[in-house]
Amino acid sequence: MRAVLAVARRELAGYFATPVAYVFIVIFLVLSGSLTFSLGNFFARGQADLQPFFGFIPWLFLFLVPAITMRLWAEERRLGTIELLLTLPIAQWQAVLGKFLAAWAFCAIALALTFPLWITINVLGDPDNGVVLCGYLGSLLVAGAYLAVGAALSAATKNQVIAFVLAVAVCFLFAASGSPVVTDFLSQRVAAFAEIARSLSLSDRLGNFGRGVVDARDLVYFASFIAFWLFVNTVIVDARKAD
Amino acid sequence: MPALIEIERLTKRFGAFTAVDDVSFSVARGEVVGFLGPNGAGKSTTMKMLAGFVTPSAGTARLCGEDVLERPVAAKRHLGFLPEGAPTYPEMTVAGFLGFVARVRGFGGAALRERVAHAMRLTTLEGVRLQPIETLSKGFKRRVGLAQALLHDPPVLVLDEPTDGLDPNQKREVRALIAAMAPEKAIVISTHLLEEVEAVCTRAIIIARGRVVADETPAQLAARGPDLDTVFRDLTLPAAVAADPGAAPGTVTEPA
Repeated sequence: MRAVLAVARRELAGYFATPVAYVFIVIFLVLSGSLTFSLGNFFARGQADLQPFFGFIPWLFLFLVPAITMRLWAEERRLGTIELLLTLPIAQWQAVLGKFLAAWAFCAIALALTFPLWITINVLGDPDNGVVLCGYLGSLLVAGAYLAVGAALSAATKNQVIAFVLAVAVCFLFAASGSPVVTDFLSQRVAAFAEIARSLSLSDRLGNFGRGVVDARDLVYFASFIAFWLFVNTVIVDARKAD
Repeated sequence: MPALIEIERLTKRFGAFTAVDDVSFSVARGEVVGFLGPNGAGKSTTMKMLAGFVTPSAGTARLCGEDVLERPVAAKRHLGFLPEGAPTYPEMTVAGFLGFVARVRGFGGAALRERVAHAMRLTTLEGVRLQPIETLSKGFKRRVGLAQALLHDPPVLVLDEPTDGLDPNQKREVRALIAAMAPEKAIVISTHLLEEVEAVCTRAIIIARGRVVADETPAQLAARGPDLDTVFRDLTLPAAVAADPGAAPGTVTEPA
C-alpha cells in the first residue's frame, strides 16, 4: 500500500506542477456553475436542492475525465518513465492503482470546489443535506468509473487523441445504455438485451444517488465496474509496457 | 558463493526478428562487466529483460537468486537500474524525484532523507536539489538517473550507457564512482566506448546480432589484435558474424 500511495502522491503533485490541474478545475467549475444556473434554472425552480447540478455532472465528466486519463500512460511512454516506474520494486497493479487513486483524488478536489453551490442552497432555503451528500457521492463514483475506463484505454494506445476519443465513446456507451432511446429500441427488437443494457447503465445508478438513496447494489455495481477496468488496465500495461 | 546476476539462455523475439538469441552469462560480486556491441545488437533489450521490463521469449534471469519472472518484485529490490536515456519526470525537482523513488522503495522519515542526501552526494547533485529536472543540462539529468539507481545501495547495478552525454570530466567522475562501488557489487554497464571498458571493466562481453561473440577480460580482448577498435570491428561487423564464426579471425563464441 505504501508503494501505491507513493505513486499516487507523485501523480497528484504532477497535476498541480503543470497547468493541467488549474485549467481542468477552472473549466469544470465554470461549466458546472453556468449550466446549473442557466440551463438548470437554478433560481426559477424555487427549490433548495442541487438536482440540476447533479444532472449535468455525468455529462461534463464524460468529456473532462477522458481529458485527464488520456495522458495517464501515454505520457509515461512518451517520456520513457514507464521503464523507470515498472522496474521499481512494485507490482503492476500497484502502479495502476496508484495512478487511478491520484486521478480520483483530483476529481474529488474539483468536485469539492463546487461547495459555493452547496452554501448557496443552504442560505436560500433549508435543503436536505443528506441528499446533497448522496449526490456528491454518486458524482464521485461516476468520475471513478469514467477514470477507470479512460486509464485502461490510455494504456492501450500511445496516441493521446485516440485514447481520448475511445474513452469518451466507451464512457458514453455506459452512460447512455440506460436512456429510454436505447432501451426502447432494444426492447422492441431484442428484449433480452434491453434489460442487460439497463443494468449496465451508469446513469440509472446515478439517478438513485440523486434522490438520496444509497443502495448496496449500486455501490457493488460501481465497485465492480471500477475493479474490472483496473484489472483490464493491469493486463494491458503488462502486455504492452515495452512496445 | 552464487553469482549475483545469472542470465540463463535469455532469448527475445519480436515477430520473426530475434533481438537477443540465447544469451547466458553470470556476474559475481566485485565484477564490472562491460556490455559492448553495435547499435541494435540487443544490449538494451538484454538489460531490459534483466530489469524485468521486457518479458523474455525464452530463458530467464536471476538477481541475487530471485527469478525476475517468478518473483519480479523481490528481484527488483536487489536491483539499481538506469534505463537507456535516463528517463525522469521533467516537472519534478531533483530532491522530489529521488524522494519519490525512495518512498516507492519503502524508505520513510529520516532514513528517506538520509538516502536521498547520500545519493545526491555520490552524484554531486546537491547544488541543484530544488531545481526542476527539465531545467537541468543533459549531464545533470544523467546523474539524476544514476542517483536514482544508487539510492538504495543495491547489490546489483545495471546501467544502460551511464556516461552517454557527459563531458570528459563527468565521465571520469562516473567511472571513479563505479570503480569505488565495484568491490561490493555486481555491475553491468553498456557502452559504445571502448576506452571505458579498459578504464573500469574487469570483463567485457561483446554482443552482435543478439549473440554473445566474446566474453573475456579487456586485456585478453586487446591481445587479440593490434588494438581494441580493430578487435571490436572484427567481432561485430555483419560480414564477420554472418560467416562461419570459426572462419573469422579471432572470433570465439564460447568464453575461454
